[in-house]
Amino acid sequence: MSTGRSILTVDRLTKRFGGLVAVNDLSFEVREHEVMGLIGPNGSGKTTTMNLISGAFAPTSGTIHLEGRRLSGLGAHEVTRAGVSRTFQLVRVLPGLSLIDNVIAGAAFGHKRRWGGPAKEQAVRLLQRVGLGAQIGLPVSALTYIDQKRLELARALAGEPEVLLLDEWLAGLNPTELQEGIALISDLRREGRTIILVEHVMDAIRSLCDRCVVMNSGAKIAEGTPQAVLSDPEVIRAYLGDE
Amino acid sequence: MTAKGWKDLVLIGVLVLAAAFVPLVTDGYWLSIAVTAMMYIALTTAWTLFSGPTHYISLATGAFFGVGGYLVATGMSDHDLPFWLMAAIAPVVSVVLAALIGAATLRLSGIYFVIFTLGLAEMIRGLVSWVQNNFLGSRGLYVLTDFTEAHIYWMLLAIAATVYVIGWLIDRSRLGFAMKIIGNDEGVAKHLGIDTARAKVLLFMVTGFFSTLVGAIVAPRYSYIEPNQVFSPELSFMVVIMALLGGTQKLWGPIIGVIPFILIWETITASFPNATTLYLGLCFLAIVYFLPNGVVGLVQKIIAKGRSA
Ligand SMILES: Nc1ncnc2c1ncn2[C@@H]1O[C@H](COP(=O)(O)OP(=O)(O)O)[C@@H](O)[C@H]1O
Ligand SMILES: [Mg+2]
Repeated sequence: MSTGRSILTVDRLTKRFGGLVAVNDLSFEVREHEVMGLIGPNGSGKTTTMNLISGAFAPTSGTIHLEGRRLSGLGAHEVTRAGVSRTFQLVRVLPGLSLIDNVIAGAAFGHKRRWGGPAKEQAVRLLQRVGLGAQIGLPVSALTYIDQKRLELARALAGEPEVLLLDEWLAGLNPTELQEGIALISDLRREGRTIILVEHVMDAIRSLCDRCVVMNSGAKIAEGTPQAVLSDPEVIRAYLGDE
Repeated sequence: MTAKGWKDLVLIGVLVLAAAFVPLVTDGYWLSIAVTAMMYIALTTAWTLFSGPTHYISLATGAFFGVGGYLVATGMSDHDLPFWLMAAIAPVVSVVLAALIGAATLRLSGIYFVIFTLGLAEMIRGLVSWVQNNFLGSRGLYVLTDFTEAHIYWMLLAIAATVYVIGWLIDRSRLGFAMKIIGNDEGVAKHLGIDTARAKVLLFMVTGFFSTLVGAIVAPRYSYIEPNQVFSPELSFMVVIMALLGGTQKLWGPIIGVIPFILIWETITASFPNATTLYLGLCFLAIVYFLPNGVVGLVQKIIAKGRSA
């Protein structure tokens, strides 16, 4: 699956917060139709990298390109329209909107736009797909944490992004939910979506990722297949050193 | 939802029709109160258009209103221009002003926006007074028209109805949907592809337009205009209080807030003319503290409780 052309290019990306270098000269490529794992110990800069790609922050230096178009320097709304959608590490659903409207929110202004009837039909389809078919009429406040994560995923999918960023989407799930979650992402992978997956769950990394980039203290320390990077001594040291 | 939306529109239609008869059945004191109430209904509805969904408390109403009143006055008094021309120009000036304020401040959040809008009205008032006194000579500005209180009332009613219909249309549009999302979580809104700054500035411009139009239409009521009176911070606070009292989640919330407040306010200003600012502050605190979602929110809560009981 990882033989596709490169779709997202991150080049010498650096982000400083005052004296702290959260992302340090990071470069990698994401190929079309691949699931790329972005892994590393806590505080290694994964979420910051996601924030830089999604346009939440502007990089201190370095560039990000999506299919040749420069994303770095654009606002989050422009990045989204260009074709990048995301979920948040700490789930952020829209509590004042119905489930359907939460999903339509992802379609109305996103990459591939839908509004009115078609948006609603798509929202129902996506809610069923992520496993919220039975909860459609409920208020968002009645959803469990995992269901909120599902809702956020449906919202991110609604704009039909070219690249999907999932920041610890599987974190906090119980074993059954985790299996369902992995099945769902593997389903997305099968339909050829391009995904950057920030993840700590090793099972998920092994079964879902075509390739991984490993970060430590903001810098890339390894890159390759999940088996290869997870047996890399430096990676093991980074993880153990952090515990 | 759609059916309910239409019901809201029909209800407002009936209310507007009923309100149109007020000048035919009253005059004098009560008509004057009705004009004031209608002025505040138009201003509060326009305020809610922007501040309801964004939760940005704007204290710029006085600035917009003042631009309306002052431009009409200076145009008619100093340049012999017709009332209608000035009433048409003033809102356009404010739209530009709103766009500038928006571009400068809407990236700021919360409290900074509140303070900026308050400062803005004061600044414009100071600027206009200064220009008036130093360059134009402090001649009084007179707005002499043939309008009766009833005429002004009907014009304000037409503005209030227009603002309502515009709000109703926005509510059903992608812009309205964007505003709801922004009100829920602005950071998420950006990540869904919404140009949040643009959406907010657009609505702020609509609010500015109508607040100014109200100021222009009301100007003939005062006949003699001075900057200190039309660029009034008190007006900005009154609008916020009445909007919060009614509740900002529904566009018809202001109507529920304005009418009782105007009556209470009349009593207060008549009984304690020297302590109005004090009472204004107390009302403000009481509403924010006891009725955070306004009367509409309270009623909805009671209904919801009744249902679940
Ligand atoms: N907005 C911010 N301001 C200041 N420091 C931040 C900010 N976001 C992240 N950091 C810091 O950057 C480093 C990397 O954090 P993060 O990207 O969240 O790591 P990860 O997602 O890999 O756990 C941490 O030291 C964190 O405290
Ligand atoms: Mg993180």
